Amino acid sequence: MNLASLSASYLRARPLNTALSLLLLSLGVATIVLLILVVSQIEERMQRDARGIDLVVGAKGSPMQLMLSGIYHLDAPTGNIPLASARALEKNRMIRKAIALGLGDSWKGYRIVGAPHSYVEHYGARVSGRLWEKPMEAVLGAEVAQRTGVGVGGKFTGAHGIGGEGDEHKEAPYTVVGVLAKSDSVLDRLVLTGIESVWQVHEQHQGPEDEADRKALEEAREVTVVLVQYASPLAAAMLPRQINAQSELQAASPAYETARLFRIVGVGVEALRAFAVVLIFAAALSVFIALYTALEERRYDLAVMRTLGASPRKLFGLLMTEGVVLSLVGAVVGLALGHVLAAVLGAWLEGQQQYRISGLEWRPEELWLALVALAVGIIAAFLPAWRAYRTEVSKVLAQG
Amino acid sequence: MISVRGLAHRYGAVEALRLPEWKVAQGERWLVLGRSGCGKSTLLHVLAGLVHPTEGEVEVSGENLGRLRGARLDRWRAASVGIVLQALHLVRHLSVRDNLRLAQYLGHVAQDDARIADTLAAVGVGDKASRRPPELSQGEQQRVAIARAVVNRPKLLLADEPTANLDDAAAAKVVDLLSEQAARYGATLVVATHDSRVKGKFRERLEL
Repeated sequence: MNLASLSASYLRARPLNTALSLLLLSLGVATIVLLILVVSQIEERMQRDARGIDLVVGAKGSPMQLMLSGIYHLDAPTGNIPLASARALEKNRMIRKAIALGLGDSWKGYRIVGAPHSYVEHYGARVSGRLWEKPMEAVLGAEVAQRTGVGVGGKFTGAHGIGGEGDEHKEAPYTVVGVLAKSDSVLDRLVLTGIESVWQVHEQHQGPEDEADRKALEEAREVTVVLVQYASPLAAAMLPRQINAQSELQAASPAYETARLFRIVGVGVEALRAFAVVLIFAAALSVFIALYTALEERRYDLAVMRTLGASPRKLFGLLMTEGVVLSLVGAVVGLALGHVLAAVLGAWLEGQQQYRISGLEWRPEELWLALVALAVGIIAAFLPAWRAYRTEVSKVLAQG
Repeated sequence: MISVRGLAHRYGAVEALRLPEWKVAQGERWLVLGRSGCGKSTLLHVLAGLVHPTEGEVEVSGENLGRLRGARLDRWRAASVGIVLQALHLVRHLSVRDNLRLAQYLGHVAQDDARIADTLAAVGVGDKASRRPPELSQGEQQRVAIARAVVNRPKLLLADEPTANLDDAAAAKVVDLLSEQAARYGATLVVATHDSRVKGKFRERLEL
């Protein structure tokens, strides 16, 4: 017998009150943990994917859509831009690196991206096999290879559009020549090929009949986006304005657009966070009411404990321990529940071929959350504990 | 063992107890008699150090209770006094064994299940250790309350109206049991009662 086991026995003796307090506290903690895990992992992932990219250049339209489609491959592109414009950007002295990408097709829901080798080098991904050298050679991202079970030497055909529901280009199969190692970047979810492959697949439909046709098609070639890295800080001030001045081009800053995206999403996140805080406050109230009302039932127990030698401090400790035990169990259950929910959400997102959320990651903020939950229990138990401390033994025993 | 001089206690303007002098030797068994409200319970609370009298001096086992305060008084009570209350007040959700473990824990005595088993057996409820108080008869609960009061081997055993609400046979048994347990551990026994049925049980009596 000790203070903790005695407190636990009193909590077990009131299962309904205890369960309600635990439920409220653990739900509040779980909601906040889920938000911490989801927001931090998505933020980290987006920052990682946008690392080293100062500007996304593409067709006019929504800059956020341009960023989402060009860097994260989460949305449909705003359109295409002439290859000549992309080549001009590559030669621009304010630009250190320009990576032109061609989008349009997909395979089993994974984007097929026409790109130069520098795209793979940008994310530092290692390849087993080799990178594409000729048209219709493809390299699979780690997740794509794992989920489709296709490896080096395998063949597949792309379908028009990004949902995988478009017409298949059966006449132009790709051959897998390499598989990328997991890089925890957007490459994991992509099928990479040379941009010539993208052109070839679509030009076959138009079927050039002679050399003049072929030349005309080549001149009309397009890319979807160009990922740009500035050569100097001066470029940040001048280049976007310069690009946006051109009628067919638009420049979007990932830093600005990501911040804008999080501001928009942040309203919902803050609303959920406020809801979780309300739940935790309700839990504190529940703990307080449970302990305070139980005092009336327990006043003889407390008085008898004093006759058995308990000091007022021990009675204070008993009630405080109940609050602490409740809040600790609530915090532990809430933390575990938050991670389980994150894992479930992660599994669902993985099925949707979206960002992967892990339930196994731990964040330092969770420790603070556990401390807040503990403080909630301590504060809620303080007044009942103080009343227990002040128990007038003689008066109580005289009544019973 | 007990020495009382010029004792008086008032609740506001109401005098609840007046006892000019009283001496009790170690191992004696006393009945404190009187009608309801005459101060019997107050006297027991004073002897247990639960109430500081407004006047007078009380010594128990050589300790002047007026000089003991706070944690020292609690420790002294835990080590020296066992109390059986009229309403018993066993902790309902704890087993009989755990009620006695609680007494050991709060009395700063190391948990000793063998002693608990021995004490329960001595009061005749050795086979009820795992039961909870609501599962016991009134008589059995009374025995558990006595076991709880003596499990820490106190020097002074106090009982406040232990025979209230009991029939004649049960009342006699309870007083005999208290007397037997006090004798077993060499404790001084003070029983406060207004029950005329038990008057003849002890030689030493104090009328309030």
